[in-house]
Amino acid sequence: MEIFKYKKPLGFMENSKKFGIMSIVLVVLSLGLLLTKGFNYGIDFAGGTLIQVQYKDIAPINEVRDTLNKNQDFKGAVVTFFGSDKEIVIKIKTVSSAVGDDIGDKVKTLLSSTGDFEVRRVDMVGPKVGGELKEKGLMAMLLAIIGILMYISVRFEWRFAVASVVALMHDISIAIGAIVLFQVEVNLDILAAMLTILGYSLNDTIIVFDRIREGIATIKSPKLSEVIDESVSKTLSRTTLTSLTTFFVVLTLYLFGGEIISGFSFTLLVGVIIGTYSSIFVASPILMWLKFSISDYRAKEAATLKREKEKEKMRAQFEQGTI
Amino acid sequence: MVNYRVVIFSFALIFGVVFSIPSLTQSDAGKKITLGLDLQGGLHMLLGVKTEEAVASHIKSVAATIKYTLDENEVIFDELKIDNETIKFELLDQDDVVKVKSIIQKEITGIVFKENSLIFSINLTPEEIIATEKNAIIQAVDTIRNRLDQFGLAEPTVAKQGEDKILVEVPGIETAEDEQRIRELIGRSAVLQMMAVDEDRDSRVLTMSDAEAKKYADVILSDVKTPQKYLLKEIPILDGSMLTDAKVGFDEQNQPLINFTLNGQGAKIFGDFSGKSVGRRMAVVLDNKVYSAPVIRERIGGGRGQISGNFEMQEAHDIAIALRSGALLAPVYTLEKRSVGPSLGADSIKASSIALILGFLAVVVFMIIYYGMAGVIADIALVANLFLILAVMSLFGATLTLPGMAGIVLTVGMAVDANVIINERIRELIHKGSSISKAIESGYNNAFTAIWDANITTLIAAVVLYAYGTGPIKGFALTISIGILASMLTAILGTHGIYQSILHKIDKKRLDYWFGIKV
Repeated sequence: MEIFKYKKPLGFMENSKKFGIMSIVLVVLSLGLLLTKGFNYGIDFAGGTLIQVQYKDIAPINEVRDTLNKNQDFKGAVVTFFGSDKEIVIKIKTVSSAVGDDIGDKVKTLLSSTGDFEVRRVDMVGPKVGGELKEKGLMAMLLAIIGILMYISVRFEWRFAVASVVALMHDISIAIGAIVLFQVEVNLDILAAMLTILGYSLNDTIIVFDRIREGIATIKSPKLSEVIDESVSKTLSRTTLTSLTTFFVVLTLYLFGGEIISGFSFTLLVGVIIGTYSSIFVASPILMWLKFSISDYRAKEAATLKREKEKEKMRAQFEQGTI
Repeated sequence: MVNYRVVIFSFALIFGVVFSIPSLTQSDAGKKITLGLDLQGGLHMLLGVKTEEAVASHIKSVAATIKYTLDENEVIFDELKIDNETIKFELLDQDDVVKVKSIIQKEITGIVFKENSLIFSINLTPEEIIATEKNAIIQAVDTIRNRLDQFGLAEPTVAKQGEDKILVEVPGIETAEDEQRIRELIGRSAVLQMMAVDEDRDSRVLTMSDAEAKKYADVILSDVKTPQKYLLKEIPILDGSMLTDAKVGFDEQNQPLINFTLNGQGAKIFGDFSGKSVGRRMAVVLDNKVYSAPVIRERIGGGRGQISGNFEMQEAHDIAIALRSGALLAPVYTLEKRSVGPSLGADSIKASSIALILGFLAVVVFMIIYYGMAGVIADIALVANLFLILAVMSLFGATLTLPGMAGIVLTVGMAVDANVIINERIRELIHKGSSISKAIESGYNNAFTAIWDANITTLIAAVVLYAYGTGPIKGFALTISIGILASMLTAILGTHGIYQSILHKIDKKRLDYWFGIKV
């Protein structure tokens, strides 16, 4: 089967302005959402207690709410269904430092009159630990970006590195926008999803850039826009297909992977779509805007080649001379 | 000629299958993947240590030693007090000063003292305080490990984390009740003290404030079960550090109680004190609760005693374990706790396995439909990749977590990427009119740099995640990393070898069957 077959390169660059505007709008909207609404931090970062309770029958959620709110210690507890109507999650802002008899145990005793249930999960993160995790998370993000930036600068050229990082920021921003919009709870797993998007989005961008690098050497046209159009067209099938396979698996993860990782898979789902879009429509135009010049690049490449050749020649002469 | 790529790929496949069998069948023999706490259920805790209390109790025990030594040397002194981390007492006889100085210097290390007109004030040295704090953490790790071992739990992890935290991981806890019991065992201070009742003032205990008691070098403690209060001498006669054994026994009414045995020094102190204090009461105090306060009828020799307190059998059993493994020099408190019940873990395994199988099938079928035989070859590499991930994780005894499962699922999607890139290149070259063997060789050559660069960047992100992530997230980074490395072997080298060895069979007229294209 073949879907992507075209005689002529597609005109991506002609439309790059339209996509650029769309991207800017999306990014601005996302950042605006982040600033106005803000993250819905889960207990990993905000600290607090989460208790997951599964009832034998339908969970008496109102009764649970009433019981908890009547108790001074648990005022403001948030109770929601979790995955099914038999399972609920109770979130409390406070933690207890007692090792033996903790908040989870207290809630259990308190709820004992509400029916037949099993406490399936108790997560408690103290504020100090939460702060440390946040710090570590940001650090990880930053280090990953720096590492990747350095690698691409070495393998390609600085403009490619900048373009890929801009594309990356674009993807992360929009993913963040989606997380804020849908009030996905931000925990450690969302951080992992973000870093995966980071890797994935770059992965896509690099495949395209690799083709452009190759195109610069093989395509006769001195116009960058034409080289980009042809290169992006040639990788379009791959980009779409891989995104499709990744999309399949992330979708199954989202649909069947269970409630606990649904936030994680949702973030990935958004990331896969945005990452694909950006590697086709965002990363390459940035190369143009950064005034990447084919002739300069070719001249530089030629110069490097020449130097290497001269070196080899000199070495050969040197060796011959000594023998 | 035997194709070296096929040889390596076959070895990798056999290696993968052989070493992942123990994990897949969960057999006893061979190295296996351990399931993370989030998949098999269990308790994860990060504990803090109140080291300042270790220092306070160290000062108390120094005071007890001073008191006992002075008594033994027949030095007469006024009430020994601890005030703001300073031990203070006053001699009555000027002639004793030199004697006391030499006794203190000889018997007790790690202190500095001042003497001013018969009043001695004694402090711990700063080095001693630091050493006490450090020791408290190390001792807490050992003690908690010891308790969990004695409780009979399979493979608990107790380790120091960072400077002053303790990580405790206990897998395979069956019920929430068991989990709470284990937590109580971990958190119990298990400080046993024998304390003298201040018989002169005990009658006033109900109206006395803590501050007033402090003035008399006393402390007010309440009974473990009843609201009764006792006025006790602040400095204990002896503490649990002189305990050699603790066992559950039964009294006449067949109620469980705890019998304990003291070491030689403890037995002597106990004997001496009881001999001197006939007719007075001595309280058995555990974790600042009075369990009993019997009247001493005669000198108690042999260093044996018991704690009775209307125990439940289970409670007595756990207290005996805690006493045997020793007291926590400093109390511990929860910084972070995560507990997952076994049923939730099982549900997570089920859900993520379904996602893995469905995702895998979707990708496999898609590849065959789109690429024909080339897709089949890519699928073979994908299967080998999965086995390799499991095998490598098994060999390292790595932990599989829920995000780790997600990592494997994601790897399935991304590992075929290499083959998609290669197949697209091959198709391109065939369209251009290259021969099949030329198309395959050039296809692999052209695709290589792109695959390499893309994989390295993903790997950089994964490594950073591994270094900075905790627990389950580490598991995700690990599976992704192994998956990427394995895919280089299976998806690039492996499939290349397969093409080379079946090259003669590829029919130029059946490109649709082999590569899914019509020319």
